[in-house]
Order: sequence, then C-alpha cells, then structure tokens
Amino acid sequence: MTATLTAPPARGDERLARQSAFSRLAGRPEIGALVGAVVIFILFFVVAPPFREAPSIATVLYQSSLYGIPAVGVALLMIGGEFDLSAGVAVISSSLVASMTAYQLSVNVWVGVLVSLVVALAIGLLNGYLLVRTKLPSFLVTLATFFMLTGLNLALTKLISGGVATKDISDIDGFASAQAIFAQSFDVGGVSLRITLLWWIVFVAIATWVLLKTHLGNWIFAVGGADASARAVGVPVKKVKIGLFMTVSFLCWFTGMHILFSFNTVQSGQGPGNEFLYIIAAVVGGCLLTGGYGSAVGAAIGAFIFGMTEQGIVLAGWEADWFKFFLGAMLLGATLLNVYVRRRAETRK
Amino acid sequence: MSLVQLTGVGKNYGNITALSGIDLEVGESEVTCVLGDNGAGKSTLIKIIAGLHQHSSGTYEVNGREVHFNSPREALDEGIATVYQDLAVVPLMPVWRNFFLGQEKRKGLGMDSAFMRKTAKQELLDMGIDLRDVEQPIGTLSGGERQCVAISRAVYFGAKVLILDEPTAALGVKQSGVVLRYILQARERGLGVIFITHNPHHAFPVGDRFLLLKRGRSLGYYRKDEISRDELTALMAGGAELEELSHELDRGGGGVAAAAAKMLEQESKELGITPGSTP
Ligand SMILES: Nc1ncnc2c1ncn2[C@@H]1O[C@H](COP(=O)(O)OP(=O)(O)OP(=O)(O)O)[C@@H](O)[C@H]1O
Ligand SMILES: [Mg+2]
Repeated sequence: MTATLTAPPARGDERLARQSAFSRLAGRPEIGALVGAVVIFILFFVVAPPFREAPSIATVLYQSSLYGIPAVGVALLMIGGEFDLSAGVAVISSSLVASMTAYQLSVNVWVGVLVSLVVALAIGLLNGYLLVRTKLPSFLVTLATFFMLTGLNLALTKLISGGVATKDISDIDGFASAQAIFAQSFDVGGVSLRITLLWWIVFVAIATWVLLKTHLGNWIFAVGGADASARAVGVPVKKVKIGLFMTVSFLCWFTGMHILFSFNTVQSGQGPGNEFLYIIAAVVGGCLLTGGYGSAVGAAIGAFIFGMTEQGIVLAGWEADWFKFFLGAMLLGATLLNVYVRRRAETRK
Repeated sequence: MSLVQLTGVGKNYGNITALSGIDLEVGESEVTCVLGDNGAGKSTLIKIIAGLHQHSSGTYEVNGREVHFNSPREALDEGIATVYQDLAVVPLMPVWRNFFLGQEKRKGLGMDSAFMRKTAKQELLDMGIDLRDVEQPIGTLSGGERQCVAISRAVYFGAKVLILDEPTAALGVKQSGVVLRYILQARERGLGVIFITHNPHHAFPVGDRFLLLKRGRSLGYYRKDEISRDELTALMAGGAELEELSHELDRGGGGVAAAAAKMLEQESKELGITPGSTP
C-alpha cells in the first residue's frame, strides 16, 4: 500500500473551514427530500412485498412522472417567487382543447395538439400578465383562473361533446404518431416503461441546467429572492415572471397531451386538486414558498415520493385514504425543514 | 457638458411632496455630494436619476439630451449605475452571482461561471475585500463588504456616472476610507460620481460640488471654492435652525430666553451661515 499520510497542502483561504463532501451535500436544497425518499422506499420495501417487483417500480415511476413533469415548472415558478393554483385544471383544459378541436373540426390530431399548445401558453401569459400588471399576489390571480378553467372545462365539454367526457379520438389521423411522442410504452429488460419517464428526466435536466448554468437561472433566483433588487440591477423582472408562468403552462400542456393519448378520451371534471400535489412536490423537494431557493431535482424527488407512497399504500394493502394524510404530514415536515435550511443558508459562516 | 443635469426637479408621492425645485449637475471627473438629514429626499433624488422613479416636474438631461427613464435598465444603458442604500443584492444568492446579476457573461447558450467566479474574486480583492469564498450567500457578508461588492460591480461594468447612496453610513473608519479612496479613483478614471451622505467630513475631502437638501428643498448648492469645511459642517449640523431657534426664543420673551437667543445668534454668525444662499 502506498497511501500517503501527509495531507495535501492547504489551498485557498485558511478561514474557509474545509468542507467535507458530506457537509457540502447537506447544504443542497434537495437533501431533505432525498433522505425522505430513501426512508419511504425502505419502508414500503419491507412492508409491501409486491413493491419489490420490477413492474411495481415501473408503475411508481410512471405515476411519479405524471406529478413530476408539471412539478418541474411549478418548482421553477416557486423559485421565482410565485405559485400557480390553476396548474392542475390547466392540464385537463389542454387535453380537452386538443381532443375537441381534432374531433369537432375533423382535422388531424396534431392540429388539435398545436391549438391546445397555443391556448395553454395563452393561459400562462394571462396568469403572468395579470400578476405583473395588478401586482396582486399569485394566490389570488391563479385562484381566479383555477375557478374559471374548472367551470370552462365542464361547461364547454357539455356544450360541445354533450357529456362529461370527450369523444374517443383514437381513429383520427395523426393519433398514432402523437401517441408515439406523448404516450408510448417501451420494454427494458422485460419491464414495460412509459415514455413520460424519459420526458420527465429530460425536463428535469433542462430545468437544472437553466437554473445553474444560464443567466436566466440567475434571474429566476433573483426575482424570487429580492425582486426590487433584481429590477434595480436591470433584470427584466416582469418578463421573467411571465415566462415562468408560461413554462408551467407548457409542462401542464405536455402532461395533458399524455393523458389524452393514453386514454383516448378525457373526463372534464379531472384535474382540480393536482395543483397542490405539484406545489407540495416542489416544497418537499426544498423549494422555498417565499422564493429564491430550491431546485428542479428536489421537485423530482418530491414527485417520486408521492408516486412511491400512492402505490406503496395500495400494495401494502392499506386504506388508500392514508395518502392524503401522508401528503399533509410530508408538507408540514418539509416546511419546518425549509425554515431551518433557510436560516442555515443565510448565516453560513 | 454635464453628464447628468437636473433643473428644477420635483417629485410627489401622491400628495406628499418629497422633492421640489432641485438643481444638480455632475460632469466627467467630478464628484457631486448630496447632503441632508434623514428624510430630506436624498434617496428620492437618486432614484429619479437612476430611473427607478420618474420626476413629477423639472427636466432631467443626460449628455445634454432630455430623458424620461422608465426603468433602471434604461439608465444603466446610458452608463448611470447606482449603488443603493438598501443595497441591490439578493441575500440568498452567492456573491459571484450577485456581482454579475443582470449582466452575466454569456458563453454559448449558458454562462461562463468559471470566469465570473474568478473575476468577482479578483475585483473584490482589488478593492481590498478578501473574501473567504465567492460561493457564500451575499447575505452573510458584513455591511461594508456588501457595499464594496456593489460598488466594484458598478465600476467593473464601466459606469460613466456612479451614484452612491450613503455608502459610508454603515461603515467603520477604515472601510469608509476605502470607499472614499474608491470614489477618488473613480473620479480619476473620468467617472462622474454622485455621492450621497449626511457626513460632511466624508463629503468635503472628495467633493467638487455640494447640494444641501432639507425637507425636499435645496438649502444651498455650492462649488468647493465657495464653501469651507466648517461652513458645510455648520449647515449640516442644522446651523440654519440655530437662527430659527433663536428667533423662537426671542419671541418667547423673558431675560433668560433672550440671553440664550443672543448666544445662539452669535454662534450662528461665527459659523458664517447664510441660509438659503445659492451660487
Ligand atoms: N414611496 C414613497 N411614498 C411616499 N413617500 C415617500 C416614498 N419614498 C419616500 N417618501 C418620503 O419622501 C421623503 C424623502 O425620503 P427619502 O428616502 O428620499 O429620504 P432620505 O434623504 O434618503 O433619508 P435617509 O437619510 O433616511 O435615507 C420622506 O419624507 C419619505 O417619507
Ligand atoms: Mg436614503
């Protein structure tokens, strides 16, 4: 063995106590969620034997990705200091618009998909514009759009399709190619995985890169952390906020397309309630509700925790209602942890 | 030609008049000091110059051209950079990200983090601020250190006019000295500096012009050869009020009051105060 016993010469500043890899990791926003995820994984691994099988894990990942994709946008928005209560219904609005456009106008489904994208981005633009224009809190602005969209989803679907669900669009032109993009399954070692898992990874990777490696990321942290200061040094605060709302809309649209192309029809009453899942995933993942701090990876871990718990409770044979209780408990725990983390980050010496 | 020139500028916040009839100018290689008590309107004045607020009356010219800035961005584009009293920094963000905030060094689609870290560290070192770690959140720095980050940021980004809102107010003697030296350095480089303070001892050694504010009005506007340090100090110390006060006491009548009034009058004469005078 030739291990050297002398420490390498001290580099950098002597006042900077050398940080171990561990304490560096402990300073990351997502560390609490990571610990939580491991604990919950072990819990269900022990109490629910079916949880150990590959197909169950695949289902968990699929479920997580459905929460996780919008949660990426919601996390970015939260880091930017705002949140969006209309995200859950906006997912279904997107599916409904795409489906009804394609069916009613008898056009290629891709036309419906694009019309839906435009509508979704318009909703994000509206949320963002109202926010920066009125200076009202995002809670109020998006609560208003939440109710408006909920009403529109139900009323317009009834008016146009004559029911609570849209018509099956699976035999319309373009369905197969759209399904391949938004909702296909593929085999890995005999386990069937859904494509949303890949998209989820892609979105988390892009969001992480934007946050940490681009000027836009800098601006997002800044508008969330101190928007007056950001404005004073020339950051276009309003554009950043509007852009963030539109990012949320885009990811909701994407999730909506998945739902449409995996079920072929859409229930107009779905959606409400999910916005909280996205928000809680972001908070559990270490995003500060007050903005300026957080990560996309954290929100992904938060979504994974929900996916695991939702499936785990079923597989363990427990009452499914426990999931709601668990959600609340996680949120409380994460919020307390956040307070602690923030204090630590502000006073780190 | 002046870099920045204000003529008869006023500002109302609703029905509150924060400023009225203010003249001020700063040219290349000049330091204009704005002095005044708390609430005199100093911050309001520089917020107008910086493009954060718009003036309600009067004219504001940059390089002889009248301007109405809608945002600090527009002022920055004209080379007018401001270091605010309530320090325009984002506390939770690392020092280097704050240093480059709004003017990030791009590289391809992303930004050149290595360059920005290195430059921030070096620029701060040049100002005598030896940071432990540019990764630390700026909220963990001392007030003086934060001030220096903000100033060196403005200088680094090639400001033509540098506005400093009470940069020395929260600093110890040594760090105030560093900031004053930096103001002179900036002047030497040809920058115009607008230096806000309520300490005449900080203003006099570096200033070329002095604007005294009181309750939103100009109490006097002097070039350096028109006023001595003592006169400046006296004005700042509320010398004008001494006279007012003596009148008040006089009116009250009575032996003791009259004597006190006389004393005050004498004192204000000795200080050589001529309230409200303008060059
Ligand atoms: N946004 C605002 N709305 C209403 N009144 C304001 C506003 N900003 C400032 N004022 C008022 O204008 C006056 C001047 O304030 P300003 O902040 O410019 O004073 P200052 O000279 O910078 O004082 P200090 O030395 O305490 O920093 C004060 O009376 C203040 O209350
Ligand atoms: Mg002030």
